[in-house]
Amino acid sequence: MTELSRIRNFSIVAHIDHGKSTLADRLIQLTGTVAERDMQEQLLDSMDIERERGITIKANTVRIEYPAQDGHTYILNLIDTPGHVDFGYEVSRSMRAVEGSLLVVDASQGVEAQTLANVYQAIEADHEIVPVLNKIDLPAADPDRVREQIEDVIGIEAHDAVEISAKTGLGIPEVLEAIVKRLPPPHGGDPDAPLKAMLVDSKYDAYLGVIVIVRIIDGTLKKGDRIRMMKTGGTYDVDDVGIYRPAMTSVKELGPGEIGYLNASIKQVRDTRVGDTITHEKRPCDKALPGFKPSVPVVFCGLFPVDSSEFEDLRTAIEKLALNDASFSYEMETSAALGFGFRCGFLGLLHLEVVRDRIEREYDIELITTAPSVVYHLHMKDGTMRELHNPADMPDLTHVSHIEEPRIKATIMVPDEYLGDVLKLCQERRGIQLDLTYAGTRAMAVYDLPLNEVVFDFYDRLKSVTKGYASFDYQMEGYREDNLQKMQILVNDEPVDALSMMVHRDRAEQRGRAMCEKLKELIPRHMFKIPIQAAIGGRVIARETLSAMRKDVTAKCYGGDATRKRKLLDKQKAGKKKMRQFGKVDIPQEAFISALKMDS
Amino acid sequence: MTDADWQAGGFGLYVHWPFCAAKCPYCDFNSHVTAHVDHGRWARALVSELRRNAARTPDRVLNTVFFGGGTPSLMDPSTVDAILLEARSLWPAANDMEVTLEANPTSVEAGKFRAFRDAGVNRVSMGVQALNDADLRRLGRLHSAEEAMAAFDVARNIFDRVSFDLIYARQGQTLVDWQAELRRALALAVDHLSLYQLTIEPGTAFGDRHARGGLRDLPDDDIAADMYDATQEICESHGMPAYEVSNHAAPGAESRHNLIYWRYGDYVGIGPGAHGRITGPHGRLATETHRMPGQWLAQSEAGNGDSLTEPLSLADQAAEYLMMSLRLSEGTDRARLKRLGLEPEATTLQHLSGLGLLRVTETSLSATMAGRRVLNAVLRDLLAG
Ligand SMILES: Nc1nc2c(ncn2[C@@H]2O[C@H](COP(=O)(O)OP(=O)(O)OP(=O)(O)O)[C@@H](O)[C@H]2O)c(=O)[nH]1
Ligand SMILES: C[S@@+](CC[C@H](N)C(=O)[O-])C[C@H]1O[C@@H](n2cnc3c(N)ncnc32)[C@H](O)[C@@H]1O
Ligand code: SF4
Ligand SMILES: [Mg+2]
Repeated sequence: MTELSRIRNFSIVAHIDHGKSTLADRLIQLTGTVAERDMQEQLLDSMDIERERGITIKANTVRIEYPAQDGHTYILNLIDTPGHVDFGYEVSRSMRAVEGSLLVVDASQGVEAQTLANVYQAIEADHEIVPVLNKIDLPAADPDRVREQIEDVIGIEAHDAVEISAKTGLGIPEVLEAIVKRLPPPHGGDPDAPLKAMLVDSKYDAYLGVIVIVRIIDGTLKKGDRIRMMKTGGTYDVDDVGIYRPAMTSVKELGPGEIGYLNASIKQVRDTRVGDTITHEKRPCDKALPGFKPSVPVVFCGLFPVDSSEFEDLRTAIEKLALNDASFSYEMETSAALGFGFRCGFLGLLHLEVVRDRIEREYDIELITTAPSVVYHLHMKDGTMRELHNPADMPDLTHVSHIEEPRIKATIMVPDEYLGDVLKLCQERRGIQLDLTYAGTRAMAVYDLPLNEVVFDFYDRLKSVTKGYASFDYQMEGYREDNLQKMQILVNDEPVDALSMMVHRDRAEQRGRAMCEKLKELIPRHMFKIPIQAAIGGRVIARETLSAMRKDVTAKCYGGDATRKRKLLDKQKAGKKKMRQFGKVDIPQEAFISALKMDS
Repeated sequence: MTDADWQAGGFGLYVHWPFCAAKCPYCDFNSHVTAHVDHGRWARALVSELRRNAARTPDRVLNTVFFGGGTPSLMDPSTVDAILLEARSLWPAANDMEVTLEANPTSVEAGKFRAFRDAGVNRVSMGVQALNDADLRRLGRLHSAEEAMAAFDVARNIFDRVSFDLIYARQGQTLVDWQAELRRALALAVDHLSLYQLTIEPGTAFGDRHARGGLRDLPDDDIAADMYDATQEICESHGMPAYEVSNHAAPGAESRHNLIYWRYGDYVGIGPGAHGRITGPHGRLATETHRMPGQWLAQSEAGNGDSLTEPLSLADQAAEYLMMSLRLSEGTDRARLKRLGLEPEATTLQHLSGLGLLRVTETSLSATMAGRRVLNAVLRDLLAG
């Protein structure tokens, strides 16, 4: 067991892409934790999707040993966290397991929205913060300006921020020294007290089953122990305990202040609750840890197999993915238009994309994704409240007294010159300005926005109006009543349930028009003309007409090559399979999602 | 199947000559440019292929022969002569056997017309393509409009039946341009015209240019559709209605060979990449020969030029019959279609006739003029399921 004073636990936090994972690489490398030949970039980002997209999705823990200048060897447990706002929950729970944070700031970019969000969380978790200015190898790096910015905008001391290049390795020894000197060791911790451990995370491993990441507060955890999860009540026999270096390595025991894993033949990630307290069944601790608020899905959409015969395969795929990802929810859904599928809830649009990608690639099922929707609260005339996850399920309005929608508090950081465009965008999206401050040439705007206006394409639009210079972060802020209605889309006079959406009265016409225009582009011409309409409660608010196809014939005669023609038609028929039929109209699958990603 | 079904179509012979003087940028036919062709060897190989095919089509009367390409007018007339002589000895020929040869309208070829006639050719189809030099150049043609007209005059003096091809919906062409060009063509035409809308084919020079964003001034689909409609009207008023999607003739002057394809009759195909449909004791066969000239020659000399001989399922036959016959204004015989196992659903027929695309009677299905313009879509509906 390691003496507490020789342990440092910390998370590495930053805005997306500021270099957390690269810094983790250097720390792992300089301490010789991984053999040089096994080193690769963003070593901890081991999921295919992470490697492909170059981002971190799951937080990762590693133990490294560092012989410090004071002559002692320290045990450092680092947690590399994701930067994307969808996975903010990973950051907050990681922070609860450690005592300090390395706040990485890209010295060429400066403080961004997630930098701020992370600092607030770190402060809330009582962390000691060591600011690290990364990427000083870049010509555009301006560490002095960024130091000033950190002090002005965040209000934390930055004169002793460590200047590094995670890419070249410059400054890494200084980071290691700063960790040892400036971050505190774990507080308290009695190895002989009853076991009290925090369930930090759990992940599913195809060979080992569920692996639980724990932080020991008091007591010791050993192989063979019988443990109890205090919230869920589950009891298990511990098969193995160990640490990540970053490969899983068994150890005899884990003591106070240590972070490691346990394996206890738990079947599903769902059987574990992040934030739960783990104790011994025989000799439990008296008080559980406060626990964390569970992450809740905020964006919902329908996933349907393109080939309806693959529904059962889709069910299997979703169930398997859910084993490994407790943050997404699912329930069966039937759509008149799309048949059987699942309504799934996600932490955000990126999370949605990641799950969809994995189903398509790992399980080889082509999917139709319907328009994402948020969860509305329907307050009924009889005083009850219903959650509406799917606009298609909207009940008869005569029973509804009013509708509430989820709102967020959004923080946007942007260079001055783009501020006007950002304010305009927020305005268009029904935003209410809460705050506007300046730090140097950057502005920080805080807005109260409806989540619904943000989920589809807000981030894309923000990036495009600011040429990529703005950053964005948000928190859920509760529900508020507004003038919301269900808009239906009729194609060839038939309503297409999967295209229904909730809209605000003031935005209805505009959205309706944009939808109809987009669908007109996406639906191929047919042999007849097709009216495309948006309607609210039977009243048509927008209309487009897709004119009939005028020409589709093979002009030439290739001698007697009838085979060629037959093959051509077979190919066209296969193309048609990728579309869904609504009455006599074929709608391509892209229409269901891209129709909603529109400039409006 | 009743005998009447395949006999209704007649029986023809297609001979593919795969060489051209230059490759046209729009063309995706099986055509190749070669410095030297050993005409004697080719003639012998073609004749041996004829014999091989005659053995599996006994008791048939040969109604038509078609020399297509490529550029069959580059053939040695003696090759044409040898093939026709052999064909006549292998099958009894109909009294009025139609023998067509595709010709490129250059002076070189025009000089050979008399020899082709002497060999037995009685109809030529000339690839005029456009009536002005600027457009001919853009189509990569080796002849001028004047040269084409001169060749056409020579042909008219030698053959009773002469047709020519035009390609329209070309780069920069307007509806008015085409209407004027078509009227000029009709004034020149004898009794048959093939009018093809330019199709950009992948794998051709035009296809590549188009994929890279070139060929910008092509008429869009709506203008092309207007051109198609105008073509139908103008030709009809000149007594040359469309009897097929792209083919126009005075009544009785249709290409009988091509009618065999469209009526889904039997035909033997020889030469590189030629297709055949032949009915034998065990049903209908699809045949296909090696596409590459060198390979075809070697295989044919070794005894068999086929790359594929495959029995056709009834379902495939039904689809092919429908696809081919709906191209014709006379349309499809429903009883024959039914014997092949295909009966389109009543609701589909109603829908298509309601849209004014299909004429439905007790005995036949035929595409209206509007229906022919979107025939692929009509076929997709009829064959769906
Ligand atoms: N020039 C330069 N590039 C760096 C440096 N550190 C990281 N990068 C690059 O910045 C990009 C993002 O680095 P990551 O380490 O994946 O960033 P991250 O903060 O872990 O990103 P997320 O996990 O997605 O939030 C990569 O292309 C790195 O190669 C540096 O010091 N200098
Ligand atoms: C087999 S081709 C060749 C005949 C002859 N070699 C010639 O070019 O004159 C028959 C006809 O198809 C037409 N054709 C070829 N390629 C075409 C294309 N891409 N689009 C439209 N018509 C085409 C031309 O009118 C051509 O005359
Ligand atoms: S269009 Fe005629 S001449 Fe031109 S390449 Fe094709 S077959 Fe040969
Ligand atoms: Mg990362």
